[in-house]
Order: sequence, then C-alpha cells, then structure tokens
Amino acid sequence: MDYPKFFKMDSLSKLAFLGADSLLKFEEKEEDTAILLSNRASSLDTDRKYQASISDKTNYYPSPSVFVYTLPNICIGEISIKHQLHSENCFFVFDHFNAEHLHTNAEYLINHHKAKRVLCGWVDFDDKNYEAFLYLVSENGNIAHTSNDIKKLYNS
Amino acid sequence: MVELKQELKEKIIAILNLEDISVSDIDDDDALFGDGLGLDSIDALELIVMLDKDFGIQLTDPKEGKEVFKSISVLANYIAEHRKK
Repeated sequence: MDYPKFFKMDSLSKLAFLGADSLLKFEEKEEDTAILLSNRASSLDTDRKYQASISDKTNYYPSPSVFVYTLPNICIGEISIKHQLHSENCFFVFDHFNAEHLHTNAEYLINHHKAKRVLCGWVDFDDKNYEAFLYLVSENGNIAHTSNDIKKLYNS
Repeated sequence: MVELKQELKEKIIAILNLEDISVSDIDDDDALFGDGLGLDSIDALELIVMLDKDFGIQLTDPKEGKEVFKSISVLANYIAEHRKK
C-alpha cells in the first residue's frame, strides 16, 4: 500500500479504505460521489483499545491518534481524502445489514441530484471478525438498484 | 546528544506508525512537519503526549510546540534542557 497514512488508521478505517479503493480504482474519477456506509459494531474495536489506554490512572496518557478513530464515520473521511470525494456522507449503525435503508438513501441522493454516484455498503470490524461489502450506485448502472438486488449481491 | 537524537527518531517512527520510514531516512535537521516528514496535527498531539510521558515535559503553549518540533536537532536540544525524567 503506497499510502503512508494507511498505516495510521484503525482497523475499521483500513477495512473500509481497502474496500473502497478496490472499487474506485477501476472507476472514472468523480468528485460528486456520496458515501453511505453502515455496520453493527460501530467503532467498538477502537473504543475498547482507547478505554484500555486510559484505564490506568497512574499512567494516564490518552492517545490522540487512537481517540480520533472512536467514531465509525472517520473511515468515510479517509476514503474521501484519498479519492478527493466532496459530496454527502452518512454512517449508519444497524443490528444487521439493512439493504432497504441503504437503497432508500442512495435513491434519494441520486434522484434529488445530491450526488452523481453513491458508494454504499457494510464495513464491520470487531476484534478478530470483519466483513466488508461495498457497491456503487449511479443513474446508469449495470444492475438494477432494488433492495432485493442489493440483498442478492450481499448474500452471494 | 547523538543517543537522544537516535532515541527520538525511533520513538517518532514507532509512535506515529511511519511504516515506510527508517531512522536513517531522517536527517537531524529535516523539517518534521510540512515538506519534511509530512506529519499532521494529530501527530503533533502525539508528540506532545510523548514529551510528557517519556521526558516529563508539559507543553502548554501551542506557539512553543511549533518551534520545539521544528526538527530532531531542535527537539533534542529542548528535551536535554527541560527534561524531568
């Protein structure tokens, strides 16, 4: 990975970053790309690390670089910086992958001309378990954008 | 002073996760921020924590930090003069 900042990221951001990079590097550059990501564990993996780092009151030196990742949407910022994306973004936390919610929000952004393209997906990281599923939505995509099609792709 | 500079380079690489940089890549007078090592504002906060944790130096004036973190040479001189650990 020829991107020094990658090594400073937490695990969730690395996962989302690699997933987005593997999709966007094959696409034409489009600044007007919105990002809608979701997961179950939020930033819990990093939250635990931060909690552990501040639990000893006799050795209390909170790490700023760990603290900045104690929000899940930071991974969207990392993707936006690398790919120079300047559109809407949102990070949702659900119990399970929620195709309907992502579909509704992506449709809104495209239909109301808030973005030309939307990077959507599920990026979950907790301890040793991780899962990433990302896809791009645009007006002229190759696959129909319906909740059922999203579910099929997710389960395939 | 040579040992302190070496120690600082090793600490900075480890603390700031500078994966693609080795001690020999950092000259004593290289700028740590901007065009030099390209460190950012979060890195600056980590360096402030390092000064407190490892050397007992508390920086409270942001302007002072800008000068102290100019290069390894400047940082080593400052630490040698102000360290409590």
